[in-house]
Amino acid sequence: MLRVEKLKIANLPSLSFEVGDGECMAVEGPSGIGKTRLARALADLEPANGHIFVDGAERMETAAPEWRRLVRYLSSEPGWWTDTPGEALPSDKKSKDGVLRLLASLNLKPQMLDKPISVLSTGERQRLALVRALIDAPPVLVLDEPTSALDPRNTALVEEVLRYQLINGRSILLISHDREQVARLADLRLQLAPVDEHPGTSQYGAEQVLTDIKTR
Amino acid sequence: MTYVPLDISDLVLAATLMLINGAVSWAFALGLERTLLINSVRMTLQLAMIGFVLKWIFAQTSPVWTAGLATIMILVAGYEIISRLSRRPKGFAAYLLGSGTLLLVGTLGTGFAVLGIIGPDPWYQPRYVLPILGMVLGNAMTGIALTTSTLLESANRDRAAIEARLSLGANRFSAIGETLRLALRTGLMPILNAMAASGIVALPGMMTGQILAGLDPIEATKYQIMIMFLIAGATALGVVIAGYGSVLLITDSRHRLRLDRLQPASA
Repeated sequence: MLRVEKLKIANLPSLSFEVGDGECMAVEGPSGIGKTRLARALADLEPANGHIFVDGAERMETAAPEWRRLVRYLSSEPGWWTDTPGEALPSDKKSKDGVLRLLASLNLKPQMLDKPISVLSTGERQRLALVRALIDAPPVLVLDEPTSALDPRNTALVEEVLRYQLINGRSILLISHDREQVARLADLRLQLAPVDEHPGTSQYGAEQVLTDIKTR
Repeated sequence: MTYVPLDISDLVLAATLMLINGAVSWAFALGLERTLLINSVRMTLQLAMIGFVLKWIFAQTSPVWTAGLATIMILVAGYEIISRLSRRPKGFAAYLLGSGTLLLVGTLGTGFAVLGIIGPDPWYQPRYVLPILGMVLGNAMTGIALTTSTLLESANRDRAAIEARLSLGANRFSAIGETLRLALRTGLMPILNAMAASGIVALPGMMTGQILAGLDPIEATKYQIMIMFLIAGATALGVVIAGYGSVLLITDSRHRLRLDRLQPASA
C-alpha cells in the first residue's frame, strides 16, 4: 500500500492520497503540469516535502536505495548502462527464470538479452526496461507512460502483465495519456488540472481531483 | 661547463623571429598582426616581472613571502580549472573543488619533495619550493580539470542510465561508477603519456633548464625522475579527490542525481 501525505512538489498543490494493495491509480493532466516530477518524487529521485509511506516504511526513515526497491520508478525513457540488456539484469537462477517468464509474456525472445541495446527498437527497449523494473518484485510500481512506444498488441500484453502484478497485491501508479488504458486498468484517478490563480498573469497552479472509479 | 648569460641585444635578436609570424599573418591575411604584437609584449613583460618577483623573493628567503606567492599560484590554477569546465558547480563549491584540491595535493606533493627528498636548508627556500610547487600544480591542474569536466559532462549525458540504476536500488557511487572510472582514466592519461614519452620524444623542461645552467646531465636526470614520480603521485591524488568530490557535488545524501547544482559556463 502506498500512502502519500501532504507531498509538495513545485507548482503542484499539496497532494494526499492512498493506493491500496492491488489497486492502480492513474495520474492524468496536461503535459508539463508535473506528473513526471510527482513520479520521481515518490521514488525519492527528487527532493520534495511531505510524507510517503509504503506499508510500514516511511520514505525519509528508509535508506534511499532500499526505498527505491519498495517504490520502483520506471521512466518513460529508461536509460541503459550496459552493452546488452542481459548484463543489466540479475543473473541468479531464480531471477533468470523470472526474466524468461516475463520475456515470454511480453512477446520478447530470450536471444534479445544478448543483443546490443543500440540495435533494439524503442518498443523492445521499453518492454525490457519493464522486465528489469519488475524482476525483484517491488511492492509499489510508479510507471511513467509504460506503453508510449508500443503498438496495440504489445500494449495489451503489458497491461496483462500489470494486471497480474495487481492480482499479486502490488500497488501501481500509472501516468498515461491513453484514456482507454486508464479505463481498462485504473481503480482511482488523480487528475492534475491547471488553475488560473491570478487571471491575467502567467501564474500557473494546479488542483488535485481524486476520483474513485472502482469499475471492476 | 660554463653558463653563458644573455644580454638585452641577444633578446632583441631573438625577437626578430616574430617577423616570421608577422609575415605569415600578412601573407595569408590572417589578421593576427595586432594579436602577435600584443602577446609578444605581454609575454615579455610577464616573464620579466616574474623574474624580478622571484629574484626578490629568493633574496628574502622568508616563509611568509614564499607562502604568499604559493597561495596566489594555487588560486590562479584553481581558477584555471573552473574556467575549463563547460558545466560548473554553482557558487563557492566550484572554487572549493578546484583550489581546495590543489591546495591539498600542492602542499602534500611539495612538502614531500622538499622535506622528505631534497632537504634544503632552510627547508622553505623559495628556489626549491616554488618551482616544484609550480610543476606539481601545472600537472595536477590538467588532470583535475580533465577528470572534473569528463565527470560532469558524462553524468549529464548519461543521466538516464545513472537514474535507471538509482531507481533499481543502486547507491550513488555504484550508479555513477562507470562515469567516475572514465573520468579518472581521462585525468590520468596525460601524465602517463608524459612518463612514456619523456627522454625519447620530449626532453622535460626542467631537466633541459638544469643542463643549460651547467648541471651535469646525470644529476639533471635524477632530479627529473624524482619530479616525474612526484607529479604523477600528486596528479593521481588530485584526480581521485576531484573525482569523488565531483560525485558528492552532483549527488545528495538521499542518493539522488542533482544536476540542478550545475550551471552552464556562460552563466
